[in-house]
Amino acid sequence: MSQRRVVVTGLGATTPLGGDVESTWKALLAGQSGVRLLTEDWRELLPVHFAARVATEPADQMERVEMRRLDRSEQFALIASREAWKDAGSPDDIEKERLGVVIASGIGGVITLLDQFVNLNEKGARGVSPHTVPMLMPNGPAANVGLELQAKAGVHTPVSACASGAEAIGYAYEMIKNNRADIIVTGGVEAAVHQLPMAGFAAMKALSTRNDAPAKASRPYDIDRDGFVLGEGGGVLVLEEYESAKARGAKIYCEIGGQGLTSDGYHIAAPDPEGSGVQRAIKFALSNSGLSTKDIVHLNAHATSTPAGDVAEANALRKALGADADHVAVSATKSMTGHLLGGAGAIESVFIVKALQERLAPPTINIENLDPAVTVDVVRDTPRQLPAGDIAALNDSFGFGGHNVVLAFKSL
Amino acid sequence: MALSQADVLAGIKEIVEEVAGIPAASIELDKNFTDDLEVDSLSMVEVVVACEERFGVKIPDEKVTELATVGDAVNFIVNAAA
Repeated sequence: MSQRRVVVTGLGATTPLGGDVESTWKALLAGQSGVRLLTEDWRELLPVHFAARVATEPADQMERVEMRRLDRSEQFALIASREAWKDAGSPDDIEKERLGVVIASGIGGVITLLDQFVNLNEKGARGVSPHTVPMLMPNGPAANVGLELQAKAGVHTPVSACASGAEAIGYAYEMIKNNRADIIVTGGVEAAVHQLPMAGFAAMKALSTRNDAPAKASRPYDIDRDGFVLGEGGGVLVLEEYESAKARGAKIYCEIGGQGLTSDGYHIAAPDPEGSGVQRAIKFALSNSGLSTKDIVHLNAHATSTPAGDVAEANALRKALGADADHVAVSATKSMTGHLLGGAGAIESVFIVKALQERLAPPTINIENLDPAVTVDVVRDTPRQLPAGDIAALNDSFGFGGHNVVLAFKSL
Repeated sequence: MALSQADVLAGIKEIVEEVAGIPAASIELDKNFTDDLEVDSLSMVEVVVACEERFGVKIPDEKVTELATVGDAVNFIVNAAA
């Protein structure tokens, strides 16, 4: 049997920049920030008063009765999946036993969990919703999308903190590659803008506290970066086996060439300053894709705007790509979207697919003074044209626990 | 407190519409919660808890399975509140 190839045929997203891919991408190229002051009173409990909420509330995109049975993360998953499925041409006549769903979340239905704990304390056990467990389980977003599409090849949820979304896409890629499925709806979502998770991240000193200028708070690679900005939303891609996508006349965006997965074995939260796990992940992604460092023209970095993480990643990129790093346009889109945790690797994969399609690398905003320790070529303030011809791009995603995921995308 | 059948039916219509999204106009005494109104088992729990709060009655779990139709629920609640 010849090698099965995996292509992208649909995109969907709901992000702090827009309620769909088109509006998100437009705002991204325009260098807009999705970060805002929170309006809730509870912000006063925290040292951080801002976050990047979705630009379009789920209530504007789905029915009320459907919403009340779904955690916010599940709402994001359905909204993005519906867009992606439609974008793929709504291939509803596909054999359901060849259709899968792989959608990740870093934390799962944490808002449901915490809300229902309040109900329990205030009203007793009868006050706890019978939908609590299906809403809080981390596989809930994948399960609800799988149910809607009647997917029967397998519904999965890899969990690796902030690498979850990318790991999901890699898992979906493997499912098609290994002939478990012909078409997969895959991505990642997160809905954790709530006082408790935010207090937890703040206690780790992981969040920016730039309360006087929220839109300037997410500033990857800037010398004065002071932490990440929590975002919410999600991204979804439809992946398809190349021959069957062609056979049904699908619009094909690009190919996923392969992935590289490693772990640091270093610290539960801190990045390995040597970045050896990241370097190995990049090398695996390249070799698994049949690519060399010369082919890479664009990279969507993990770059969350933390003091340690951004430099460790940049150093690893320089080491892994060597002199070829000079022709890699590095974009840190979290400067605009904030950090969507388990949704990050997914929306950033959507951005890479759009970048390859339109030959435009999105900008990184808020770099007033580039950290001199950053020795990669960062796309600043305005989009950068990518070359014509065959090109390839990488998506870096890392998670607490020392998870490293690198996905390789190729033009087709 | 005595409740009229009409009051309870009106209340159940509101609750089922709220919980399951079924238009109140289609909710009648002879409708079966599962077969006609497609209220699933999880949503039925919500309906029961909401009825308890609204009508100030207790609906024991073992009784819930006997409430097949809207009329069964109305009769149970009217009797329980009497």
